[in-house]
Amino acid sequence: MADDEQLRTALVEDLDAGFEAVVRTHGDVVHAVARRTADRPADAEDLAAEALLRAYRALRGYDARRIGRLDLRPWLLTILLNTARNDRRDAARRPRTDGAADPPDRPSPVPGPDERAAATDLRERLAVLVAELPVAQRTAVVLRHVVDLPVAEVAAVLACSEGTARSHAARGLAALRARLTPEETS
Amino acid sequence: MTDSLLEDLRDLAGPAPATLAERVVDGWVQVPGPLGDVYAVVGARGVRLLRTAAYAGELGTFLEDYRTRHGRPVRPAARPPRGLLPALRGTGPGPALDLDALTPFAREVLAVTARIPSGQTRPYGWVAREAGHPKAVRAVGSVLARNPVPLLVPCHRVVRGDGDLGQYLSGRADKVALLEREGVELDRLADLAASGTRLIGSDTTGVVCLPTCHHARRITTAHRHGFASLDRARAAGYRPCRDCRP
Repeated sequence: MADDEQLRTALVEDLDAGFEAVVRTHGDVVHAVARRTADRPADAEDLAAEALLRAYRALRGYDARRIGRLDLRPWLLTILLNTARNDRRDAARRPRTDGAADPPDRPSPVPGPDERAAATDLRERLAVLVAELPVAQRTAVVLRHVVDLPVAEVAAVLACSEGTARSHAARGLAALRARLTPEETS
Repeated sequence: MTDSLLEDLRDLAGPAPATLAERVVDGWVQVPGPLGDVYAVVGARGVRLLRTAAYAGELGTFLEDYRTRHGRPVRPAARPPRGLLPALRGTGPGPALDLDALTPFAREVLAVTARIPSGQTRPYGWVAREAGHPKAVRAVGSVLARNPVPLLVPCHRVVRGDGDLGQYLSGRADKVALLEREGVELDRLADLAASGTRLIGSDTTGVVCLPTCHHARRITTAHRHGFASLDRARAAGYRPCRDCRP
C-alpha cells in the first residue's frame, strides 16, 4: 500500500499508472462507503467504479501543483457521495425501465419488510439500521465508524465543521443503540 | 471497556471486489493482425476499441486519444484477452466485446455484421434490413465507418448495393486486402457489378442467392443464371436463399 505522498508523486509522473495505484490503495474504502450508501447493495461496485472514473476525469484537468495539494481519500469520498446523490436524483426523475429499481419515491435506502425479516444475524440487522438513519447521520456514522476515518476527514467530506461531524456521528450512534434490542447491546 | 457496537460497525466494511480495479482501469495490447500490428483496448467486459497501427499511428497518440475521448485510464495489459489472437488469425469466434457505449441501433448493426461469414459480402441495405431498419442504409454506413472493433466485427464484408466495394474506415485498400485474404473473388464480383447482375440463381434448385453465398459459388456454369433484382428472380420462379437472404 502506497501512502498519499507516493501516490501524488506517481500521479504527477504518470497519471494512468498513478491512478491504478490510487484505485488499489483506496478502492476498498471507496467501495465500503459505496456499499453502505448505495440504494441497493448490488449497485455498490457500479457506484464505486463510476466515482473513480469521475475522479480520473477530474485529475486529467489538474496540474501538478493542484495534484500535489490533494488529500486523496477525502477527495475521492466527496466525489463518491456526490455521485451517489446524483444517481438518486436521476433515479427519482426518470424511473429505470429494466425492472431492477425500487419505486423511486423513497429518498433514503430504507429496506423493505422482507429484508427486515431476513436480517437475522446481527451484522445484517445493523446494516439495515444504518441504512435507515437520516442521510447526514448515516454518512457520518459510515465515514467515522465503519471505515474509521479521523473526525477531520469526516468533516472535510461532509463539508462541515468537526463539531458538526462529531455531532452527526454521535446522534447516529445513539439512534443505533436505541434501536438495537437489549440482548444485542449487552 | 470495548464497545461492541463500534466493533460491529467496523465489521460492516469489507474489501472491494477484486474486479473493481479492472472495471476502472482498461488495458491495452499490441498484437499482430491481418494488416500488420493492431492496438486493442480491453475493459473488464471485453474489447472496447481496436485499430490497426498503420491507421492509428503512434501508440502514444492512440492511447492519449482514447483517454481523451472516453475519459478512462488505460495501462499495459498483462496479456491479450482470450480469443483475440485466434480471431485476428481468422481461426476463432473472437473475444468478448464491450459495446455498451454505443446506441442500441449501432449495437444491432454490429451484431448483424458480425454474423456475415468469412469470404462473403453483404450490401449495406441488407444489414439495414436485418437490423430491423430497412430504410436506414446510410445510417448503417455511418455506424460501420465508426466501428470501434473492425476485424472483430467484420465491417469490411459490407459493400455497396450496386456491387462496388464502397469505403472502409482505414481506406479502401485495406478492405480489398481483407476480402482477398478471405478468398473473395473481387474480379468476378466486379464483372457481375458491371453487367448489372446482383443475384445468382440455380435452375436445378430454383434458389437465388447473393453472389458470394456459399450456395451460389457451388452452382455450375451450365445451371447459373444472373438476375438484376429479387423481383426479376421471383418473376422467373426462383425463391430467395434461406442462408444469405437476398
